Amino acid sequence: MLELDAESIYFELVRRVREHIVGRSLRLVGVHTGGVWLAERLRVDLHIEPEVGILDVSFYRDDFGQTGLSRGVRPSRIPFDVDGADILLVDDVLYTGRTVRAAMNELFDYGRPARIDLAVLIDRGGRELPISTALIGRTIEVPADVSVVLSRDDQQRLHLRLERDPGG
Amino acid sequence: MQVLTESLQLNRDGALHHLLSTEGLPRPLIERILTTADGFIAVGTREVKSVPLLRGRSVFNLFFENSTRTRTTFEIASKRLSADVYNLNIAASSTAKGESLLDTIDNLTAMQADIFVVRHSQGGAPYLIARHLAPHVHVVNAGDGRHAHPTQALLDLYTIRHYKGAFPSLSVAVVGDILNSRVARSDIHALLAMGVTDLRAVGPLTLLPTGLEQMGVRVCTRLEEGIRNADVIIMLRLQSERMRGALLPSAQEYFRNYGLTPQALRHAKPDCIVMHPGPMNRGVEIDSTVADGPHSVILPQVSFGIAVRMAVLSMVASSQRSGSHRAEAAAPGSTVPHARANAGESTARLG
Repeated sequence: MLELDAESIYFELVRRVREHIVGRSLRLVGVHTGGVWLAERLRVDLHIEPEVGILDVSFYRDDFGQTGLSRGVRPSRIPFDVDGADILLVDDVLYTGRTVRAAMNELFDYGRPARIDLAVLIDRGGRELPISTALIGRTIEVPADVSVVLSRDDQQRLHLRLERDPGG
Repeated sequence: MQVLTESLQLNRDGALHHLLSTEGLPRPLIERILTTADGFIAVGTREVKSVPLLRGRSVFNLFFENSTRTRTTFEIASKRLSADVYNLNIAASSTAKGESLLDTIDNLTAMQADIFVVRHSQGGAPYLIARHLAPHVHVVNAGDGRHAHPTQALLDLYTIRHYKGAFPSLSVAVVGDILNSRVARSDIHALLAMGVTDLRAVGPLTLLPTGLEQMGVRVCTRLEEGIRNADVIIMLRLQSERMRGALLPSAQEYFRNYGLTPQALRHAKPDCIVMHPGPMNRGVEIDSTVADGPHSVILPQVSFGIAVRMAVLSMVASSQRSGSHRAEAAAPGSTVPHARANAGESTARLG
């Protein structure tokens, strides 16, 4: 299967985000869990002062009726005023676009942001909603029954692997 | 009884389908309820305090017995989940005209009820309803007779975890009318499930049930001994009707022996917390100085109760009766791999 070097993909993402945000006073919001790891690293690498916001979109998912509440819900925490904020939303993998929609819905329950941009490590296509971004580490094509899994080791290094879903 | 409770409450995947009792609830499931409640606590601190999770679902509050706090907090919890809430004034409704409990349930189910929150003076009433219901409808027990009050016990666990952390090392005393208290019963099952090893039941012999020692609960008839070095003291409401029987001589004498006063509290740990399910009888089971004092976490209990009830309602609403229903119902293209328990991994769940 496809080999993915998460670290070099991450540095490509950093390069694109850095070009894009010149002169802006940005707030970072990571989507639990992988997006939060990425947002925390971007904060350091892009010299962004304010703390990273954390979103767990479980309470905003549109598939609650089918799949129920996800296991391991964590509290969302936005440590800044969302009203008028210039926000960079960060997630690990962009797929159907439903997580991003849920994340934006949740953000609007905190306030009215001036702007929201989206940065993702991997864009795997397969969109079901009109959501897109140029801030991508890498675009890949994988079959629908494969998950893209981001993990982080003890040295905080990122790893990506492809996993076939049990039972398709 | 326990096996029956388990099979009624949990679906084939072990998810919470109804909440009837804390008896037989596995510890990981209790922990999941508490963690989910953490998420709702965070929601409660925002300006917009509701989430769209139960939009379009109907929650019926069926209170056959009076309650202000529990009914109100269930109503707030349902509204914060964006459910439609209906409060039924039972005394003024058809049951007063002789309609049976299950006929009432059938009629409300025909009105598209998704969840029933039930309080009833008869122990076991929510079980009767749970056995009767269609597979997509859920019951949450909001107190049945002297039997169980599981959401109170879960919010008590949440409160204890919030202030004291890990359960196994704690000394917990439950004080008062243990015999007639559904809160005490549910608390004891829940605390034992969480691994509390030093659990004491404190009260006059006439108000202590038999069989507590066999469950691993220490029985104490003297307050000072019962709360000695306790980290947590759960005071129970003394029902005034107990005074009328031969069980207790008078409220004054009860307060002298079992009322939690600042003097008595000195026997507990200096950083102990004092809890009470409400409504309190000041000067009967608890001194006002203690109820309003620095050890009291009685009002935070009420706030936590909303988040815990949101967790329970959203978890039962997300359970399907048959384990396979879930996969069939998933829309193509949104196949969602099971979220990973391992905190070191992140899966693109929805993309």
